Amino acid sequence: MYNYTDFDAAFIQERNAQFRSQVERRIDGSLTEDEFKPLRLMNGLYLQLHAYMLRVAIPYGTLNSRQMHKLADIADRWDKGYGHFTTRQNIQYNWPELRDVPDMLDALAEVQMHAIQTSGNTIRNVTADHFAGASADGIADPRPVAELIRQWSTDHPEFQFLPRKFKVAVTGSSTDRAVTKAHDIGLRMVERDGEAGFEVIVGGGLGRTPMIGKVLREFLPREDLLPYLESIVSVYNVLGRRDNKYKARIKITVHENGLEDIRARVEERFALVRPLFTGVDQQMLAAIESDFAAPKFREKSLATFESAYTNDPVFRSWADTNVSDHRAPGYAIVSISLKAHGATPGDATSEQMREMAELARAYGHDELRISHEQNVILPHVHKSDLPAIHARLKAAGLGTANIGLISDIIACPGMDYCALATARSIPIAQEIATRFDELKLEHDVGPLKIKISGCINACGHHHVGHIGILGLDRAGVENYQITLGGDGSEDASIGERAGPGFSAEEIIPAIERLVLAYLDLRSEPAETFLETYRRLGLAPFKAALYPETQANAA
Amino acid sequence: MARAFTPKVVTANDLLKGDVIYQTADGWTRNLALAEVLTDEADADLRMIDASQQTDRVVGVYLADVDASGGTPKPTHFREDFRATGPSNYAHGKQEAQAHV
Repeated sequence: MYNYTDFDAAFIQERNAQFRSQVERRIDGSLTEDEFKPLRLMNGLYLQLHAYMLRVAIPYGTLNSRQMHKLADIADRWDKGYGHFTTRQNIQYNWPELRDVPDMLDALAEVQMHAIQTSGNTIRNVTADHFAGASADGIADPRPVAELIRQWSTDHPEFQFLPRKFKVAVTGSSTDRAVTKAHDIGLRMVERDGEAGFEVIVGGGLGRTPMIGKVLREFLPREDLLPYLESIVSVYNVLGRRDNKYKARIKITVHENGLEDIRARVEERFALVRPLFTGVDQQMLAAIESDFAAPKFREKSLATFESAYTNDPVFRSWADTNVSDHRAPGYAIVSISLKAHGATPGDATSEQMREMAELARAYGHDELRISHEQNVILPHVHKSDLPAIHARLKAAGLGTANIGLISDIIACPGMDYCALATARSIPIAQEIATRFDELKLEHDVGPLKIKISGCINACGHHHVGHIGILGLDRAGVENYQITLGGDGSEDASIGERAGPGFSAEEIIPAIERLVLAYLDLRSEPAETFLETYRRLGLAPFKAALYPETQANAA
Repeated sequence: MARAFTPKVVTANDLLKGDVIYQTADGWTRNLALAEVLTDEADADLRMIDASQQTDRVVGVYLADVDASGGTPKPTHFREDFRATGPSNYAHGKQEAQAHV
């Protein structure tokens, strides 16, 4: 893992000291809220519905056990004993008090963490495939590049006042687990004729105008990455609209000016910027890469795993659902579900965080990942240790075998916490998971991604959910719209709106009708919900959602 | 003709704790039931100006509609109901404090 240099440590320390002074001046009245707000947002501090909220970056979703322990300690000391992992690989604390936030930031700095650029119109936390460096399908570990981008973008003087926020995601695998096509810039590590480089995707995004990103450069040589990124953001910084917040993201800039125009501008800028990069960035990247060297994988007998897999059906179900293929022989990737049926998606108590940290230390080469699907990953685990890990996860309430299934729901905080929300998300997620657990259907239903957002800003990624749910305020009542057929993978697509929305009481039965209809419609058990949808289209699902309309029309 | 003025309270978030507070005749309360109900538009404007000037105490001042027909103010919109209660997934926020009373 990356280790802070003296420069990094001094930078964070100075930034924290500045923010401590800004908080003091806000409290003593020397700064007004209008003056203070941009300063606090630059340091990840929001004011939400019931309290302040501190959003802490987990760069490219990677943590070691010491960092996870610190997140737990912070939750206990300054919050309510839990944290919320988000769709951008951050952790949010929902209840800090203003006076305590500088101490929380100092505590984070002790373990090389911060909350810088987790808000505001800057380049945000760079996200990456949560299976990076571990999955059998990866061609390269995207995290050194993500770290390089983090260093380049942090406090970048040209990019502190962009027209709007700017999100970058990187993947080193052909299977896209980082939703790269729904980011302002998505980077896919590729190879051409033996040369390493990137496919550069631009202008993706969700929110009120969802768009799938477009390929700006099919192959960018690896060493051209930072000058090319700088050129894109530079073009956007000048060209992006500042007259209308809702048209300010780069997806609109690309849409309004056309991909060809943007490409020409970026190439023109690139010609100027490229010579300014003398290769120092590549030297830095080489140093960063050595920090991300793969752990020394062990060779051990698989007997304990095989015996448990044969004899313990609960373990087998968990292993089949939550364990993925690793590139090293005998190894596996464990996804720890933070989606126990009826619990809040993405929440972990401090005790659970500590147990996950201890598991990583004991069995996982001291590494943890946070996925954009709000789960925690142990990326490097020997299969012989899986039975012991599973037993401890079960004891900690973390043994739910539902990764990728209907109860593994992404949900934004919604109106239970968020000041922007128009309806609640969390209770809907809780009720859907509880209902399908009662029906004992979710393993039969198979892979199905439900994603819920509590407003049009789409933090819950509803547009790319196989079933998306959007919570709105319709005449003073919570109302939920369903979209179908969205997909956040390498075949990304935006879901199609199914029809009129449902009340909070109607939405759970509506989802149930939809899923039962799928079970009837699928050609065989192996055909997934998304495949069935793509084969048959909206009509049969719409009929299941709106039986009365069908009856009236008949 | 201008729309009739409906009863309102002045509400905001506390600067230090960040929690929801309501204006009273002589200060602030964390309990909506104790808030000062404003039924006159000119009076409400003046109370808003007064609240907005207290920048070292409160953040994000606005007027929220209430139903005062039962004697004590109650939220008319679900957002204000959540603000007056707390989140629905844990007994945190105001409902926690009220449970301890």
